[in-house]
Amino acid sequence: MRIEKPTKSRLAAAITLLTLATALTLPQVARAETVLRIGMTAADIPRTLGQPDQGFEGNRFTGNTMYDGLTGWDLSSATKASVVIPALATEWAVDDADKKKWTFKLRPGVTFHDGSAFNADAVVWNVDKVLKQDAVQFDASQVGVTASRMPTLVSAKKIDDMTVELTTKEPDSFLPINLTNLFMASPTKWQALFDKAEGADAKAKSQAAWAAFAREASGTGPWKMSKFTPRERLELVKNDAYWNKDRVPKTDKMVLLPMPEANARTAALLSGQVDWVEAPAPDAVKEITARGFKIEKNEQPHVWPWQFSRAEGSPWNDIRVRKAANLCIDREGLKDGLLAGLMVPASGTFEPGHPWRGKPTFEIKYDLKAAQALMKEAGYGPAKKLEVKTQTSASGSGQMLPLPMNEYLQQALAECYFDVKLDVIEWNTLFTNWRRGVKDPSANGSNATNVTYAAMDPFFALVRFLQSSMAPPVSNNWGFINNPKFDELVTKARTTFDATARDAALAELHAASVDDAAFLYVAHDVGPRALSPKIKGFVQPKSWFVDFSPVSITP
Amino acid sequence: MFVYIARRVVYVIPIVLSVALVCFLLVHITPGDPLVAILPADASQELAQQLRVAYGFDRPLPVQFGLWLWRALHGDLGSSIATGRPVLAEVMKAVGNTVTLAIAAAAIGFTLGLFFGLIAGYFRDTWVDKVATSIAIAGVSVPHYWLGMVLVIIFSVQLNWLPAVGAGPGGSGSWAWDWEHIKYLVLPAITTSVIPMGIVTRTVRALTGDILSQDFVEALRAKGLQETKVFRHVIKNAAPTALAVMGLQLGYMLGGSILIETVFSWPGSGLLLNSAIFQRDLPLLQGTILVLALFFVFLNLLVDIAQASIDPRIKRS
Repeated sequence: MRIEKPTKSRLAAAITLLTLATALTLPQVARAETVLRIGMTAADIPRTLGQPDQGFEGNRFTGNTMYDGLTGWDLSSATKASVVIPALATEWAVDDADKKKWTFKLRPGVTFHDGSAFNADAVVWNVDKVLKQDAVQFDASQVGVTASRMPTLVSAKKIDDMTVELTTKEPDSFLPINLTNLFMASPTKWQALFDKAEGADAKAKSQAAWAAFAREASGTGPWKMSKFTPRERLELVKNDAYWNKDRVPKTDKMVLLPMPEANARTAALLSGQVDWVEAPAPDAVKEITARGFKIEKNEQPHVWPWQFSRAEGSPWNDIRVRKAANLCIDREGLKDGLLAGLMVPASGTFEPGHPWRGKPTFEIKYDLKAAQALMKEAGYGPAKKLEVKTQTSASGSGQMLPLPMNEYLQQALAECYFDVKLDVIEWNTLFTNWRRGVKDPSANGSNATNVTYAAMDPFFALVRFLQSSMAPPVSNNWGFINNPKFDELVTKARTTFDATARDAALAELHAASVDDAAFLYVAHDVGPRALSPKIKGFVQPKSWFVDFSPVSITP
Repeated sequence: MFVYIARRVVYVIPIVLSVALVCFLLVHITPGDPLVAILPADASQELAQQLRVAYGFDRPLPVQFGLWLWRALHGDLGSSIATGRPVLAEVMKAVGNTVTLAIAAAAIGFTLGLFFGLIAGYFRDTWVDKVATSIAIAGVSVPHYWLGMVLVIIFSVQLNWLPAVGAGPGGSGSWAWDWEHIKYLVLPAITTSVIPMGIVTRTVRALTGDILSQDFVEALRAKGLQETKVFRHVIKNAAPTALAVMGLQLGYMLGGSILIETVFSWPGSGLLLNSAIFQRDLPLLQGTILVLALFFVFLNLLVDIAQASIDPRIKRS
């Protein structure tokens, strides 16, 4: 066999070819698709047709990503409270003569992912999809998660192509906040699917069209659907034509994977199958950080409370008892011990710095002596303990670690002469009773309930619990609170239309509720998530939601 | 044989109807609101009532059952409350994924179970028996979800050899029988196989030992039959019972394991049931239970027929 020695000219040719090949390859490397893979806590992909299910995790992943509302949330800061900002509406105002009518000016030049224009007709169509029962696009399955979050909106009317008028059933200054929950789906896309749909009647065709729309979603959001495998994965690609150029995603593709089991999510992260997991297993946090992953967390608008019964004969009717319970809990001990740092001690529904916090005079903190003194003043002591019963669940959305946390409270309150009985029931049963109230037999004789709540907007954070007219069966005033001062302040807040003055009224209401020790305020969740060190640009706001647009990932 | 099969098929009809009734009642008597997936607790009573009417939950239970059964008999199991997607399509896709997992697990579990059972029975009371029996007891005793987690920690997290979760790089929709996909199947299949492996080992060991002590085996040996041929007779005599046990185990595996499929995020019927339970998605829950129960019933039917064809004494009885 003859082996040829490379000549100089051959070497030069080889080097040239190699350089050329490298030069040709380099731009491809630079253009390599960046993919962000996220393990969600949801057991299924939240609904993709515009109004997601599965609570605010649904809105986080399939609502705010593919869709926009008329208003949205400012998610740009980790330190300031997340507030409502313009989204598909640029400005809005209530009618001076009729406070039930609002005018919303729409953002020009916005298009849906299918290329059709966003305009006033689209807004009316989207309001009708959940509120107008005789509209062809009316979809009962989207009503529950939407109408309950904008309880006073009744209709929408087109004024001109870029202006709509929204009407509420009563004056309600919270409307712009509530509208963050109504996502704009493309009527043009839906109509095309409706025209192609098969069904015995218009209702059947409408249902088929919505089912098809869920597979071929079209909104105006910064992410577009590219591939959807029900129950397994949703792939979103960036929307280069997004109307807000500052929020065009920095990652090419985002893959969302449902992983309901915390250990499975953690294993997927540690083995490199995903780059980001929601709510990692708390006992794996040390290993996660030891391997170079980051744990991101921040105070969420979420409250882990005991909601007291204020029905006749309830021991919680004595304000000294309510205050004593609030002073008897060492929240820092709970945080550093049981929760491994994954909570913020609660001193109300809102913490200092929030525009709706106000200036309560009753300071919620750990003060065992003051708590014991209050209980003695109320007639209790080591020889005469106060028996209370609290309903809770063994698990559930937002409940954190309900059983160990309640046992911690049980032990702590025993120091203040409480004898706490826990009635542990299944999560959905607890949730159902929450709607029915303390007087329903399903309360099982309890005089407090432990259902956590989201505090994103004033109706959900305050009004539904504090206003007397919100008692069951209307809403979640589970314990039948009936405080004329609260009612007066709710009305004041709802009918104050200047945003700053409205916030001041809400702050007054919140301060009044803390001063009344309306709840046993225990903790705020911190929405922990574990991120690969390859992820840059992530900001965790004080919100249930996050903005995926500024997130980048090195391939 | 035909009469035997026909009689067995007729027996199936009341069983299927009973299964349908029980699964309908079971999901309806559980506490909680069937509309919880689409109706937040803060929704007004007016809205709740509006949706209850829209979904037909305001009707009396017998009427709801009658309508559901009628539609089910026509192949329509309704639509999921949570997703709006047809239940039958959801269930069949999930069952398909569970069948993939069950077949892989059965291949591992039954092969090992038969092997360990036969050698343990043949070499009874020797160290071989003790080792095989220990493996069987471990297989039956170790909680499989725990084993799954341990396997994930070793082979996914520490060694990074196999994926921890999922059913393929692009999901089960793009499943292919190549290593890129099969590697997703390895850990869940091994985890699923340990219990059937243990049960089959113990059953076959007991059968083999019992048959070997019978007179006809002595007679065969006395006639000078080779030991391999004697063993073939032993296997044939053990087969009907072993087949019945393996059929039942396959039925359990086809039913899906909520725990294993949740640990591995394997999109099978167990994970579907888990999701339906937590979302109180009654149509999906009813449909999944019904389809799985029917699988079990028909699998038993097939096993009965197979047993009868192997052992003529069964059909005579």
